[in-house]
Amino acid sequence: MAASETSLSRRRPRAASRTRARVISSEHFTGWAFVTPGVAIILLFGAVPVVWSAVMSFQRNNLLSPDTPYVGLHNYRTLLHDPVVAQAVEHTLVYTALFVPGSMVVGLFLAVAMNRNIRFINFYRTAAYATMAISTISEALVFIWLFDPSYGVVNYLFSVVGLPQQQFLNSPSQALYVIVVMTIWGWTGFSVVIYLAALQGIPQHLVDAAATDGASAWATFRRVTLPLLSPASLFLAVWLTINALQLFDEVYLSTQGGPLNSTTVLVYYLYEQAFQNFNFGYASAIAYFLFLIILVVTAIQFRVGRRLTYYRS
Amino acid sequence: MSAQTHAGARRNWRWLPFSPWHFVLLPASLILIFPFFWMLVTSLETPGEALHFPPILVPHVIRFANYRDAWQAAPFGRFFLNSAIVAVVTVICNLVLCSLAGYAFARIRFLGRTALFILIMTTLMVPFQVTMIPQFIITKWLGVNVLAGVGINHIGALILPNAATAFGVFFLRQFFKTLPVEYEESARVDGANRLTVLWRIVLPLATPALATLAALTFLDSWNNFLWPLIAINSTNQMTLPLGLATFQGAHATEWTLLMAGNVMSLIPMLIIFFAAQRYFVRSVAATGLTGA
Repeated sequence: MAASETSLSRRRPRAASRTRARVISSEHFTGWAFVTPGVAIILLFGAVPVVWSAVMSFQRNNLLSPDTPYVGLHNYRTLLHDPVVAQAVEHTLVYTALFVPGSMVVGLFLAVAMNRNIRFINFYRTAAYATMAISTISEALVFIWLFDPSYGVVNYLFSVVGLPQQQFLNSPSQALYVIVVMTIWGWTGFSVVIYLAALQGIPQHLVDAAATDGASAWATFRRVTLPLLSPASLFLAVWLTINALQLFDEVYLSTQGGPLNSTTVLVYYLYEQAFQNFNFGYASAIAYFLFLIILVVTAIQFRVGRRLTYYRS
Repeated sequence: MSAQTHAGARRNWRWLPFSPWHFVLLPASLILIFPFFWMLVTSLETPGEALHFPPILVPHVIRFANYRDAWQAAPFGRFFLNSAIVAVVTVICNLVLCSLAGYAFARIRFLGRTALFILIMTTLMVPFQVTMIPQFIITKWLGVNVLAGVGINHIGALILPNAATAFGVFFLRQFFKTLPVEYEESARVDGANRLTVLWRIVLPLATPALATLAALTFLDSWNNFLWPLIAINSTNQMTLPLGLATFQGAHATEWTLLMAGNVMSLIPMLIIFFAAQRYFVRSVAATGLTGA
């Protein structure tokens, strides 16, 4: 504290009065007093765990035995040879590759359709926004029912149009796709809100100018609207990807990773290892592996995205 | 459906008394609403009707008994109360703590400010899965050694780790920096201390940012599932998503009961959401605008 006071008085040598000087020199104290409660929580539950789980990933730590010896890269080596991890990575990436574009296309299409002042527009928009109010658990629960193989509405619709009955969440080849569908529905409101906000930021005169030049509606959309939406698209792509790579809730509720591991995604496997098998060391290694995947995928998106993104300024 | 056909056909649709976009939007919004509608219908049917194939779209008799049964099978009132307490307290803590820290990072020069801020920002990118195991151990330790109220298996454990977030600090700091500093300076010259300046001048100007942070924090807290799943195992401490998941585990195929529970757990949030729809929508849009 004393050192800081001198440094401050050097910065403001001509403090008007003694009280003013005291006020200024107490700025360090005030600053720390203001940040301490919040920062302490963030450090205790955010920063410390980052280091701690890194340390744990180099240990054999399974709660059942008291000692936690260092095992070097053993957990990471196990991970690379674990067939379930390979499956989980594949499922996570397949899910992300389907969910992110799907969600963006649905969001863009609905937002463009809803970006006009027609009758009932508030009803239409509210229908999309409502999906933001539903928790992942409620969402999964109602979709399990909709996709129930014996009594579900979807199989009924299939029978109406003459399609064969499906096993959906009970089928290893279909379960992941059902989860894609339910999560796209659950994120509709979010994507629509982001795209609608971006659409409303597009100046009308740009669209009008294209129309005056004789561009068709599709050409205007393709050459004017879409490029102007690209910052929003990049944001959505990154945001949805980060969330998709962390998929857990719907899998936990609907399939628990089954049938036959067909929906085991990385976070679900991590959860199993950590809180069902209590392999904290191995689970920490999986967590860091997931972190690495997220970093790599989002870095690629930013690199590719920046080239495709048009920033108006 | 391509817009080209639309553009070409636009002239042909002049005769319509309404916009052709209704042909797109009406079915789309019906599909979006259908899951809500269907859980409501199922929750009012008898088990026999629910398990009828083809499904019965309109129940013969509106049956509220499912709600009574669900209410008796699991303490949904308690789940709701826990969710509400956790969400409201988390929001208040975030508003207070992130305002204080965000303001200090934006305006007060103190030793170590930059280093501390960078340290906090690095935690912003780390996914929860990386921190959850130590967070579990720390929370458990706190509950045993410091205060039983924040330990594992108590709703305090759902509040404390989220009582301040790096995102909240960063978000408010950025907003505070956009405010003109002159008002604050003149108040300071008049002898107001930092706390008074923050409370009387900065926060009133920052109401939109505070509302955004409140809405986002509320949604996050209300829908959080993974952390409660890890931290809570006794029924009377569960929040709605966890309670609902547990309820499903116990009544796996009793669809009328499950949907009644689902409707009950959904209604409070739907009411809150529609009452403050503008705030929620604006807040979610704000994440996109700051990100893009």
